[in-house]
Amino acid sequence: MCLAIPARVCRLLDDARAVIEIDGVQQEISLELVEDVEVGDYVIVHVGYALGRLEPAEAEKTLQMLRQMGSLAPSSGAA
Amino acid sequence: MKYIDEFRDGATAQRVAAQVREEARTDRRYDLMEFCGGHTHAIYRYGVQDLLPENVRMIHGPGCPVCVLPIGRLDMALALAHHDGVTLCTYGDMLRVPGSQGKSLLKARSEGADVRMVYSCADALKLAQTLPQRQVVFFAVGFETTTPPTAVAILSARAKELGNFTVLCNHVLTPSAIANILDSPEVRELGTVPIDGFLGPAHVSVIIGSQPYEFFAEEYQKPVVISGFEPLDVMQSILMLIRQLNGGRAEVENQYTRAVSRHGNLKAKQLVAEVFELRREFEWRGLGTVPYSALRIKDDFCGFDAEQRFALDYAPTKERNGCECGAILRGVMQPTDCRLFGTVCTPETPMGSCMVSSEGACAAHYVYGRYQDRAASA
Ligand code: SF4
Repeated sequence: MCLAIPARVCRLLDDARAVIEIDGVQQEISLELVEDVEVGDYVIVHVGYALGRLEPAEAEKTLQMLRQMGSLAPSSGAA
Repeated sequence: MKYIDEFRDGATAQRVAAQVREEARTDRRYDLMEFCGGHTHAIYRYGVQDLLPENVRMIHGPGCPVCVLPIGRLDMALALAHHDGVTLCTYGDMLRVPGSQGKSLLKARSEGADVRMVYSCADALKLAQTLPQRQVVFFAVGFETTTPPTAVAILSARAKELGNFTVLCNHVLTPSAIANILDSPEVRELGTVPIDGFLGPAHVSVIIGSQPYEFFAEEYQKPVVISGFEPLDVMQSILMLIRQLNGGRAEVENQYTRAVSRHGNLKAKQLVAEVFELRREFEWRGLGTVPYSALRIKDDFCGFDAEQRFALDYAPTKERNGCECGAILRGVMQPTDCRLFGTVCTPETPMGSCMVSSEGACAAHYVYGRYQDRAASA
């Protein structure tokens, strides 16, 4: 039950609430634990709350690193 | 789904696996504990263990909040559920765990208690507003990921001056549980559970950051990698641990850079600090009494503390006969070592908590692992 999932913010509502989309399904969550979230941002959602923001650039870096594996020398890994 | 599917790509997983095989030395073992049940689930579901060389072994840790809640605390909720006028709300998995009398909250509901499953503690709060004549109790379980939402619910109950909303708080702390495992005789003296390094749960660190692990990486000289939950995240983190061990390092590294920073979510931490304080001790199923490993509601908010409102006392109880959840949670036993596994105890008729939650080692092994066992012995 500790699993949280990344989701895109579609719409901001009053009272620090927002609509997100997961797998095509829209859902309302609370933004009370995060600051300055905007439409289009990705947040990590758990039990109806955004716990933090997901940084697309960092996700891309991790993927790059993963995709290069098996083709480079051992020292070239994650840090 | 974006940021999920890419991290499940099978071809990439094979490449990472090849890299692991390349770098894992054949003259040693790598015994790595994944603390969190979410990782246990992912490792089973995606067959991560099968991608690893034989000398790299994953040990399942106690990081499933449903699994580690001692029966005595569940008994408190069961007693409350039968109070006149009480509506008890909790997260789904909690409903099916048997209490000391073999009865679960679901069973209590079938006997007439008002027990409800909620997706979020915000739903429990809403319920309190719509049912002013009822005492709505939120039975709160979980690690650092569910604690900030509970804090928000309590703060907004106070702002709304809700007199009929309380929380039965069972929030527990990840770093103190890991320290407890490292201090256990099996790890320290007996060596029956060798642990070379840890995968730390990324979502916990979205809140607390990576910094809380620095102390014991240094103190116990064990590497920690904060890891995401998708199979590629787990594979990469295992590789990072192997690299640390090969290099003789014991550091805290962050694989989930896309959402984890060193200090975590300051706003969430501050809200938690406003509402909760450390309990001097808390009993964990499997680990026993662990000092400063859980949170209680501060006296400032005593009006929202179900333990105070209903004068509840905790009474420790014994494990049920034959259930080995305790040993499994400490990494001492495997699910198949329990003689009830798969016969008397199944996900449909769970005897212990590890079979209830899909993040429990017994449930994960039952659902995904038995076929592998069979294939291996065939
Ligand atoms: S198989 Fe069932 S009875 Fe045995 S340890 Fe697991 S949960 Fe407990």
